[in-house]
Amino acid sequence: MSPNVIRSVLDTQAPTFIENRKRMLELIAQLDELGREAAGSNRGAAVARHVARGKLPVRERISLLIDQDSPFLEISPLAGYGTDYAIGGGMVVGIGVVESTECVIAANDPTDLGGALTAISIRKLMRALEIARQNRLPYIQLVESAGGDLRGLSDDEDPESLLRRNLSHFADTGRMFHDITELSAMGIPTISVVFGPSTAGGAYQPGLSDYNVFVRQQAKVFLGGPPLVKMATGEEASDEDLGGAHMHATVSGLADYLAEDELEAIAMSRDIVAHLHWHKAGTGPVTLEPEPPAYSADGLLGLISADLKSPVEMLEVIARIVDGSRFEEFKSMYGTTLVCGWATIHGFAVGILASNGVLFSDSSEKAAQFIQLCNQIDTPLIFLQHVTGYMVGKDYERQGIIKHGSQMINAVSNSTVPHITVILGASYGAGNYGMSGRAFDTRFVFLWPSAKIAIMGPKQMAGVMSLVRKAQAQRQGAQLDEHKEASFTEAVENFAEAQSRALYATGRVVDDGIIDPRDTRSALAMALSACHSGPVVGERRFGVFRL
Amino acid sequence: MSIRRLLIANRGEIARRITRTAHQMGIEVVAIFADDDANSPFVREADRALTLGSGPLSETYLNSTAIIERALTSRADAIHPGYGFLSEQADFARAVIGAGLTWVGPPPEAIAALGDKLAAKRIVSAVGVPVLPSIEVASDTELEFPLLIKAAAGGGGKAMHIVNTPDELHAALAVAQREALHAFADTTLFVERYLQNARHIEVQVLADDHGNLVHCFERECSIQRRHQKVIEEAPSPSIDGEQRAALTRAALAAVAAVGYRNAGTVEFVVEPSGAFWFLEVNTRLQVEHPVTEEVTGIDLVREQLRIAEGKPISFRQEDLALTGHAIEARLYAEDPAHDYLPSPGHLLEWAPRVDLGARFESGVESGTEIGSDFDPMLAKVIVHADSRTEAAQRLAMVLATTRIRGLTTNRDLLVATLRHRDFLEGQATTSFLSQAELRSRTEDDDLLDAAYALTLCQAERRRSNAPILRSIPSGWTNAVLEPQRVRYLVDGGELEIRYRRDRDGSYLVGHNDQEDIAIIGQDSDGSVTLQRGGRLHRFHIFTSAKESWVQGAGHDHKLVAVDRFGNRSEPVAAGTLASPLPGHVSKVWVQVGDRVRTGQALVTIEAMKMEHTVTAPSPGVVTEIYVRANQQVKAAAPLVLLDETGND
Repeated sequence: MSPNVIRSVLDTQAPTFIENRKRMLELIAQLDELGREAAGSNRGAAVARHVARGKLPVRERISLLIDQDSPFLEISPLAGYGTDYAIGGGMVVGIGVVESTECVIAANDPTDLGGALTAISIRKLMRALEIARQNRLPYIQLVESAGGDLRGLSDDEDPESLLRRNLSHFADTGRMFHDITELSAMGIPTISVVFGPSTAGGAYQPGLSDYNVFVRQQAKVFLGGPPLVKMATGEEASDEDLGGAHMHATVSGLADYLAEDELEAIAMSRDIVAHLHWHKAGTGPVTLEPEPPAYSADGLLGLISADLKSPVEMLEVIARIVDGSRFEEFKSMYGTTLVCGWATIHGFAVGILASNGVLFSDSSEKAAQFIQLCNQIDTPLIFLQHVTGYMVGKDYERQGIIKHGSQMINAVSNSTVPHITVILGASYGAGNYGMSGRAFDTRFVFLWPSAKIAIMGPKQMAGVMSLVRKAQAQRQGAQLDEHKEASFTEAVENFAEAQSRALYATGRVVDDGIIDPRDTRSALAMALSACHSGPVVGERRFGVFRL
Repeated sequence: MSIRRLLIANRGEIARRITRTAHQMGIEVVAIFADDDANSPFVREADRALTLGSGPLSETYLNSTAIIERALTSRADAIHPGYGFLSEQADFARAVIGAGLTWVGPPPEAIAALGDKLAAKRIVSAVGVPVLPSIEVASDTELEFPLLIKAAAGGGGKAMHIVNTPDELHAALAVAQREALHAFADTTLFVERYLQNARHIEVQVLADDHGNLVHCFERECSIQRRHQKVIEEAPSPSIDGEQRAALTRAALAAVAAVGYRNAGTVEFVVEPSGAFWFLEVNTRLQVEHPVTEEVTGIDLVREQLRIAEGKPISFRQEDLALTGHAIEARLYAEDPAHDYLPSPGHLLEWAPRVDLGARFESGVESGTEIGSDFDPMLAKVIVHADSRTEAAQRLAMVLATTRIRGLTTNRDLLVATLRHRDFLEGQATTSFLSQAELRSRTEDDDLLDAAYALTLCQAERRRSNAPILRSIPSGWTNAVLEPQRVRYLVDGGELEIRYRRDRDGSYLVGHNDQEDIAIIGQDSDGSVTLQRGGRLHRFHIFTSAKESWVQGAGHDHKLVAVDRFGNRSEPVAAGTLASPLPGHVSKVWVQVGDRVRTGQALVTIEAMKMEHTVTAPSPGVVTEIYVRANQQVKAAAPLVLLDETGND
């Protein structure tokens, strides 16, 4: 028997719904604009130059690499937003289907700084390797990179400030080499398709891969280029002598496949994936013909209020994400600020934890039990976050909110089934952790455009800091300028608000990207399917629960 | 002597047609077949079937000795030759009779006398039938063009050539001679004045051993291509009772002059003025005999068999009346867009529209291989109705809704003709197909809809067959990616279609600068609907590997998918000229090193008894020749490599 269909009571004509929906669509429009920018809409000249050389734009390469009509889930498309780097970070990462095999694809965008490795692109690359490693997905990198970002100071910059600002370090980036070769050791194939330069440190990208496809007259792979060789040994050598595709295919043996052009290189890499005959280790979906939800995904647009103080009707969200809107709710009358239950998403069995506001002792206990149950039956967990944190206050402390919150965090931490988290609205404080935030080895974290991630709500944060300042002033016997304090508090709130925005987080690659709420079901299914490429096994033994 | 067991010395639809009547008369049927035809319906439907082995036609369906031998072994007592093959060979008729078998056809002497077209003209002229004078080419007289070259032993439009100007004459004579030699083993040609805008009208006659000689009215067969009929009808829409009387009288006189027996057809050409001229007598059952059967209610094969048995014709002239109007269309596996080149191949699906009362005479079924050895006719479709207009319209409907996949056919042309105003008004002449503007203006749009329907249908199919993530919407992505693209080869050109699925399940489709919203649907009967621009289009799609046939309301489209990575197999050198169809190389006109000019003949391919000459598309030097004379070639096989760069 399939569980009951959730009975939706959503009023799509209600003023709040219409208002929320309008705002959400504005946010989506803004994200779409940024997405186009990431795809090169503001680098027209660079893209034109690239194409004029007979080369395919990076997204074209990916479109051709993946199967016709197959889905593609891009990871962190807006990485770099709000930083010194271009949106997208000069790298496209995603999960795509190649010859009916889900693969992680990481591709340099040579139209952004020549595909140079920057703080942002390295983060994306490391994340791509992590996704491949955690989910046992074959890894394909489409390489065309000018190498490390060696740009020095701009004329008017103070070197000290640059050093303070630039926190990434050369020594860190070596981890990339470690991770590529680790994949191979784990039995996860790695494929490099080299479309252009891949030099110095970058030369190890193909160097450490299982399979290399080089494009004739385009791939250039050497440790030191002509200038460096000249400087080091005085030897005169051309690019082609040092690292041309033909040389590597016929002399050095670094290239396994020599492609006449980019199309052939892509076709060859598809052939390589085909011969892997990749078998996914997970149990896969329980049905291949899932029912679509009974309600339109459009309803998801109007569920989140601007101030995030209003609760989010999680059953309405679940009804628009799961197969047939069927949901078997667990402990429906206990700890009701956290909705728990079982469903399938595109046929993949899942346990869902959906937090609606504050976590109390009972909801925390419920979560801990539910997580253990899902581990017992090897069922992945979906966390839907709208959480303002664990409850504070005299009564709650006395009831042991710390103990109960810890139980939940203990269960989340030691759970070994895949976790996928979607932050719909607020994600404040330890609530972010308890609901399997990024730090908890969560396989994928997606944000809705309305998401806010912070240690606490911006208003609370500004208020707390104001109270702290007032107390300090009082201790020092100083007089506080109320007017100045109010404007300062407002500034703090605005700053905190800006930092909590989904875009701020996504720009720093602390999630896997902001998704249109209407895409939630597809994104979750892609993520779940990726998780099933590796074994899906729950933890039967947990740490000691403090009771 | 009644016939108990009849050997049919033919194949395909006519063998089935004769079998049907024979069975109705309680006569057993013996089929003979070349090995390639072993699985054909005509073999299955016979009571006995004997193989003629494999090999060229001269060893199978034209092997009279073997056929008579099979008749004797199978204890058949009669042979029906059908049409074509040995049907008009007096020697064969003689041998059949000599072997003690009944010959279902005219006396050998009549066949011989009428078989030579030049002799036939003399005979009928002597009894007062008007004939066109033959022109002596050798003489120094001023020739009046256009002229028509014919083979004395000719038939079926073979070796027939129109010559418009004096300088074409000698080349045309050479080609006609070669074709005549090949088709009839006789190079005798004659030349007549070519009548433009004429009509082809023929009279069906029957004669028995009891002195009865009747006509079954006329058929008009003006819709022709390559001098071969494609649409025939009875009665003729272009003559009145007086002309009918004159024509039938002339026809009876013509056959009476040679002591004719059995069924025959006297062909005339009728000028716009009403003047008519004798063409020839076909001493056999005609392909288009069903239209006469439909409007007279008689069974011509039955009459043939009765006459052969020595019985009298089953009716009297005055019993015969015309009822309604019948039209026949011949469906060919040929490409009207490319000069009616035969398009042999695998008939993947054959589903005639059977519920509208049309008569289908066909020798094919789903799965039949249409080879290049025989006439590529798939079927004759005949509709009989009260009025000519109704017959034409219903026949068009039957053809348009018959499902044919796997081959390029002349179906669209037939439908367009049957719906053409000139045809409906009875104005179409023998020049109709070469003059009429039959490509409708909406055809390009129709192609685009067909391409969209095919594209979206295949996109959905790819998703539902995907081993993983199949339930995710087609092409779903959160990334900024270009729309999906597919490319097709259509009519030698390339067509690129873009599409992107929207959240609501509709698709944004595009081609060049055109963009539209389209909705694709699949019906339980396997048809596909496409909604675009407020219109609903229904298509039947059949796909085999990269080739798809999309049949819509008006047209058939063949689209060949282009691999998105291009053809990764052996590249063909630029400048290579390929064979346009499978066939046999009858002549290689050039040698390596020859410098050729545009239009110069390079290689001649013969297929289905027609010659197709591949000419130089531009000036150049022949650097490679891949074939030699008398060799079989496949379609698209490289013939000649032309270096076009060495030109100044």
